[in-house]
Amino acid sequence: MHYIFEPGFFTSGPVHVALGVGTVIAITSAVVGVFTVIRGQSFAGHSLADISTTGGSGAFLVGINQFWGYLAFGAGAAAFMEMIGVQRRRGRDVATGVVLGAALGLAALFLYLDTQSSSTTGVSFTVLFGSMFVLTPSTVPALIVSALLALATVVVLARVLLLSSLSTDIAAARGVPVRAVGAAYLMALAVSVALSAVIIGSVLSTALLIGPAATALRLARSPVRAMATAAGIGVAAIWVGVVLAYDSYYWPPAGRGWPVSFFVVTLVVGGYLVAYLRPRPSRAAAAAQEILDTEQACSAA
Amino acid sequence: MTLPPVDELVRLDGIGVRLGGREILRDVSLTIRPGEFTGLIGPNGAGKTTLLRVILGLQQVTTGSVLINGAPRAPRDATIGYVPQKLAIEPDMPLRVRDVVSLGLDGHKFGFRLPSRARREAVSDMLTAVGAQQYADARVGELSGGEQQRVMIAHALISRPRLLLLDEPLANLDISSEQGIVSVLGRLARAEGIAVLLSAHDMNPLMPVMDRIVYVAAGRVAVGSTEEVVQPQVLSHLYGRHVDVIRVHGRILVVAAAEDDYGDDAEALDAGSEHARVVT
Repeated sequence: MHYIFEPGFFTSGPVHVALGVGTVIAITSAVVGVFTVIRGQSFAGHSLADISTTGGSGAFLVGINQFWGYLAFGAGAAAFMEMIGVQRRRGRDVATGVVLGAALGLAALFLYLDTQSSSTTGVSFTVLFGSMFVLTPSTVPALIVSALLALATVVVLARVLLLSSLSTDIAAARGVPVRAVGAAYLMALAVSVALSAVIIGSVLSTALLIGPAATALRLARSPVRAMATAAGIGVAAIWVGVVLAYDSYYWPPAGRGWPVSFFVVTLVVGGYLVAYLRPRPSRAAAAAQEILDTEQACSAA
Repeated sequence: MTLPPVDELVRLDGIGVRLGGREILRDVSLTIRPGEFTGLIGPNGAGKTTLLRVILGLQQVTTGSVLINGAPRAPRDATIGYVPQKLAIEPDMPLRVRDVVSLGLDGHKFGFRLPSRARREAVSDMLTAVGAQQYADARVGELSGGEQQRVMIAHALISRPRLLLLDEPLANLDISSEQGIVSVLGRLARAEGIAVLLSAHDMNPLMPVMDRIVYVAAGRVAVGSTEEVVQPQVLSHLYGRHVDVIRVHGRILVVAAAEDDYGDDAEALDAGSEHARVVT
């Protein structure tokens, strides 16, 4: 026990905050991520993450918490993407080449200016790769409230999101305001990306969004179970990541903990690889299961 | 309070649709009554999809009126089920067949719902009715085109609509899947009294089940029984050029003489055979 939980783990304030906030954000990211994967919008998630980098680095320059930078730029980018219809393939190509390039160029400038003005190299690292153990206590309530809002949005929209990802025409014919639902979902995605960026960094934030969701969709067959599985995987990655990062203080080079983002992302990717390489039940097996279910139902009756 | 009996599910009165300055439909009038199987037949680009979109309320009309159940269409009208053209379900779409069918019940509603036994049984019954029960737990992206059509028909029918619209459901299907879909639709229309309006560029596979034909060409329609509509003079008037109707081996081919001076070269207007070319 002692070798897993190094001394002071359970009494450390930053560890408590990291685990609490990390859990809420991991659940939100995982659930939002399931819809991102089903709707085929991982690209949008990644674009939002790139643009959030610019916001986070800009926030440091003007002296506000980086979360507000991530959020403002992410939400602005989501609104812009909705307007130009970046979901369409051609619009997407143009956006990749022009908008994301411009945003990252600006991020390079902001990060350079950050390091010049604050005389610490930690800023670039915090923006790009997160800062779970040094979360500013005053932003914690805002993080939790934002996470719950994003989560509530996708839960309320769950069925219409699934229907419109199947066919926007069917959804529209049944009275779903497809455009407004898509815009609301993109906003929830932007918030979720901003939150992940706070804990594991803007460039890695899609790992927490897409990784657990993609893994869960390989393991669980129904959307509800996929959401629960994804949340479980996300939370497990955060907790194990935090424990390992805390322990790594005693690993070489001694006295310098490894970044928690490294552990979280590695665990998420490892989980996906295990799910990917696992033999999947074939259609024949599924059909056989269906016959078994039917027989059981019949014999029970 | 009871509503007066309605014997017209859909009534189009002299509708016209212009899109970007182009006239897509002109002076189209037709009615659809409960239990009727109607084939919406015509070459590609004739306006079939636009006509279906008008009935669904997805396309506004420039002129004329559209009545559903005797009233202007309500935004959440459950009278009509819809299977769109070219579903483009990607192979990695992770939803299962039973999830897709379940979305037909309440996919348009906000809020969250936990799975229930009653719903599971309703979905299984619907899948059995369209002959898709053996792949209920497969991912919809893994299915063939014909299997996906059956699933989408189940999706459209599970909310118990009185009219089912299908846009080119037979396109790109092999002959046995094509016959399978037509017989499922014919059976459901008879057994459940559901009206079916199905668009196709080839009328021949529908002959066993079709009660009525709506022939669309050049944005105009001719409505009636196959014998009334598929006549050289009717179709020539519709196309605005000379058209022949050839009945051969129990199949009907609609053939037009080429407009330029190629003498007796002819092109089929219905894709009645692999080699037929469609003239629009």
